[in-house]
Amino acid sequence: MTSKRGLQIGVLLVTLGLLAWGVTIGLERLAGPVADTSVAPAAPAQPTAHITATLFYAAADGQGLLPMRREVALAEGIVAQGRQILVAQLAPPPDGQRSAIPPGTQLRAFYVTDKGDAFIDLSREVVTAHPGGSLNELLTVYAIVNAVTANLPAVQRVQLLIDGKEVDTIAGHVDVRRPLVRDSTLVREQ
Amino acid sequence: MVSGQELIGLDDVATLFQVVVREDALAGGVTLTYRGRTVVASADQPMASVNGRVVTLPSPVVRSGRRFLVPVEFLPRALGPIFDQRIELRRPQRLLLVGDVRVPRVTARIDSQGPPTHATVDITPATTVALAAEAGRVLIRIDADALDLALPAAGGGLIDLFRPGDQQNTVAIMVSAAAAMPRVAQTTADGATHVSIDVPAAATAAPPPTETTAGPRPSPPPETSLTIPRSGFQIVVIDPGHGGGDRGAKGAAGLEEKTFTLDIARRLRALLETRMGVRVVLTRDDDRDVPLDARAAIANSSKADLFLSLHANASLATALAGAEVYHLQLDREGEAVRRQAEADAVTLPVLGGGTRRLDVIRWDLAQARHVNESARLASLLAEELGKQVSMSPRGVQQAPLRVLEGADTPAALIEMFYVSNAGQEKAAGTEEFKGGMATALYNAVARFRGFSEDQNSR
Repeated sequence: MTSKRGLQIGVLLVTLGLLAWGVTIGLERLAGPVADTSVAPAAPAQPTAHITATLFYAAADGQGLLPMRREVALAEGIVAQGRQILVAQLAPPPDGQRSAIPPGTQLRAFYVTDKGDAFIDLSREVVTAHPGGSLNELLTVYAIVNAVTANLPAVQRVQLLIDGKEVDTIAGHVDVRRPLVRDSTLVREQ
Repeated sequence: MVSGQELIGLDDVATLFQVVVREDALAGGVTLTYRGRTVVASADQPMASVNGRVVTLPSPVVRSGRRFLVPVEFLPRALGPIFDQRIELRRPQRLLLVGDVRVPRVTARIDSQGPPTHATVDITPATTVALAAEAGRVLIRIDADALDLALPAAGGGLIDLFRPGDQQNTVAIMVSAAAAMPRVAQTTADGATHVSIDVPAAATAAPPPTETTAGPRPSPPPETSLTIPRSGFQIVVIDPGHGGGDRGAKGAAGLEEKTFTLDIARRLRALLETRMGVRVVLTRDDDRDVPLDARAAIANSSKADLFLSLHANASLATALAGAEVYHLQLDREGEAVRRQAEADAVTLPVLGGGTRRLDVIRWDLAQARHVNESARLASLLAEELGKQVSMSPRGVQQAPLRVLEGADTPAALIEMFYVSNAGQEKAAGTEEFKGGMATALYNAVARFRGFSEDQNSR
């Protein structure tokens, strides 16, 4: 019995070790494109550490997405980092910018499958507070999809959920039943 | 009228048909000459000599003072053979047809009251007809200049009424609200076209008719084309965006997208039905929720030749204004579906020999095989809208729009104006803007029909 339990603990330790190694590698890849490399794997627990992520806001003329480099809290692992990026994207915009995402929209859950499909579960404000219009809806959807795919290279596609469920659309136009890929056609030059 | 015969003065005939009438006092008769050909008739004789051949008349030629009166049958029997154009007399309808006009005779009867009610409509001589069955009515469109109608005064069983259609070459059969979707078929035999109509009773509550069926519509404007559309372009489905609990975008002054889209849809329907003579189906004709899938399904089950989804836009930038046209952007999955559809087409043998190609495509991405036509449609819409209303800087765009994906027909979505722009919201309430919008959409459909028929005739 004792030797068996010891074996189990051993296996657990090896698994944890592998997991830590995987996260470190992942974080290195994650931090790769970011200018400031000093925040990379060495200090995962420091609250002051940040990465620079590209977030997307509605252009002043309402016809596109404006990419902006912003500091986002560093987090351990692709899922935790994805959450931080989305929280920043959903937060009220910096002065002088307009969010393409309805105010009050909260992130309920975020996870990534082995195949690189991210699932983003949003609160229903994204639907109920949406002002409508096809172009507006495109901006809302792709601000979210692009924020994740532009900053997390491991994520290829994004599936949106509302209150935990798949929906047809957010405001009656853009199909979000299937995972969406990054769309750069709406994005303006910086 | 003389002893039951309708008589007509030869002097009137001379004026009408440009023939020369000369009295032959010696023979007590009269000679008609037309381009060197002659007809000779004698007073009190029920006959005439046409180019030397004798034809009989139902009553004698009558001399009344200086005038000669002939029975109306004189026209087809005696004048007809020497005249350049065909002359046909239809006595019961008091109709005299001159020239090569196509005025087939249309009769109808109830064969059995049922249910199911069975009725037959006969068109003589055999003529090309197009049939459209929908909840509430069957429309028969006949390839003719006009119709010689002999319709029963009343219907029977589940058929309420046979009546002339909105156009001179259509007949409408109004079906009871307690009936299911009528079934129609046509055959040609004995030189006539026979249309058989079966009206089954509704299994449950009858579906509400998709069109207003009460009373005839106002007569069409003079520019109405009397000819049948040459190709299969006959059905347009218009989708007034949003509805019911889903109000769509809303302007600061209170204009709601769902109300505006229905208004324009009805205007466009009126234009298309009266001017183009196509059948129009609205995905909703009142204020109610219709799921996006159901909207595309209505287009598909109506066998639409065109699907237009009408919307009003909104933007965070209140200065943004103008109309935009969207067609479907296929993602990688959609592209794969499109290619697969081409590879998956199956060829099936059909009754009577020959084969028929059937395309197999995922229902939720049926639009995939119409993307090229839809792109053409979108550019025509943008061109025509630009002539009537202001356009947004992004006039034509592609996007993965849900309502278009399932439509198995060329399709586009029109964002007609920005309700978030105060100036546009105000203007949108005017008759000028609404009329211009409906006209622009109508003109684009007309141009797309021409394009579509060119494609099909190749």
